[in-house]
Amino acid sequence: MKEVDARGLSCPEPLMLTAEALKGASGPVKILVTEPHQRMNVEKYAKDHGRKSTASEKDGYFEVVIE
Amino acid sequence: MNLSDSKKKLALAGVICGLVAACLAFLGNPANMAFCIACFIRDTAGALGMHQAEVVQYARPEIIGLVLGAFIISVGTKEYRSTGGSSPMIRFVLGMIIVIGSLVFLGCPLRMIIRMSAGDLNAWVALIGFILGVATGVFALKKGFSLGRAHAVNRVGGTMLPVIMVGILILALCSSVLKASETGPGSMHAPLIASLVGGLVFGAVAQKSRMCFAGSIRDVILMKNFDLFSVIAGLFVVMLVFNLATGRFVVGFDTPGIIAHSNHLWNILGMYTVGFAATLAGGCPLRQLILAGQGSSDSAVTVMGMFVGAALCHTLGIAASGTAMNAETQEIVAGAVPPHGKVACIVCIIVCFVIAFTNKRDEAK
Repeated sequence: MKEVDARGLSCPEPLMLTAEALKGASGPVKILVTEPHQRMNVEKYAKDHGRKSTASEKDGYFEVVIE
Repeated sequence: MNLSDSKKKLALAGVICGLVAACLAFLGNPANMAFCIACFIRDTAGALGMHQAEVVQYARPEIIGLVLGAFIISVGTKEYRSTGGSSPMIRFVLGMIIVIGSLVFLGCPLRMIIRMSAGDLNAWVALIGFILGVATGVFALKKGFSLGRAHAVNRVGGTMLPVIMVGILILALCSSVLKASETGPGSMHAPLIASLVGGLVFGAVAQKSRMCFAGSIRDVILMKNFDLFSVIAGLFVVMLVFNLATGRFVVGFDTPGIIAHSNHLWNILGMYTVGFAATLAGGCPLRQLILAGQGSSDSAVTVMGMFVGAALCHTLGIAASGTAMNAETQEIVAGAVPPHGKVACIVCIIVCFVIAFTNKRDEAK
């Protein structure tokens, strides 16, 4: 699974990296972010682009898997 | 509680913050300033003796409230994260640049919207510069600009700015050590408790809605996303209604008494500087205060840069003057940007370009 580590990056970098990763991926993509609003932004971006996503909280960061 | 998952909620957040600003303007804050982050940081820096401009010295409780409101709500909703280490000195310089650009224009992006809602055409001119500045920042982001990763730091580290704000509040309430203007904009303010409560509410709503004036334009340019723009629209509408209802809506360029000038080029370049630097720093002056409140030491450093930049603006003669009425002759005296302000603004733009194109994401550790 393609993985994007956007932990600790300022907005809008996590969303830019997510968009870039989704463009080149046919399968699921895993996005790692630090802030709750970044998790929400990534989930919303996936939804707006017709992709399903599931998020879970890890130790100090969030993991969002976009199907 | 989430205020950022729909355009309606975001617009509501803008309306709430607009009501806070309108109430504070009604209760005594300077006309069409109402709630300006750059001006209020400048006033607070003056109260602390960081500059000696006697007409702009007052520890604005709104600034204290914003940081504490964001801190309290982020702790209460488990969004508080103590982080730091993402190019702190560059962020400090960007904070200085944001305030220098703001005081060349005479207002932060929030005040630009408030001035626009009062019919001040200079603010509409400045909006062109702000959009171009954000667009330049977006161009840099697309070319790979990054200030690098922030990391988790000691939990107490993120509380430093809120603690400093509590300290300033205690000094304001319990001592006479802070300076306070007797004339000029610094002497015009709502009652302390109203300003503090207004700041707390504004800070909490801004934290939950991710309100950001640079971010809203950035998202439109970068992602064609109008979510954050809804906040600005809500705030603008409320302030427009307030100004129309209270007779404060005056369309014009040379309106005396509203702390603005009509140097069009410098209004554009001032806000260009702010838009560019704020996009590189990851948020407008308001957003920096909110992020600092929710534990970001990097944003707290940016805020410190804003305090130092504000002080420099008044010790080095960088800040612009507003158009005013001469009380004796009844003639309008046009406001202007002093030569030092023009030089500083150009230097700031050059520094922004250097920062924008020498910090790449692939170099981010």
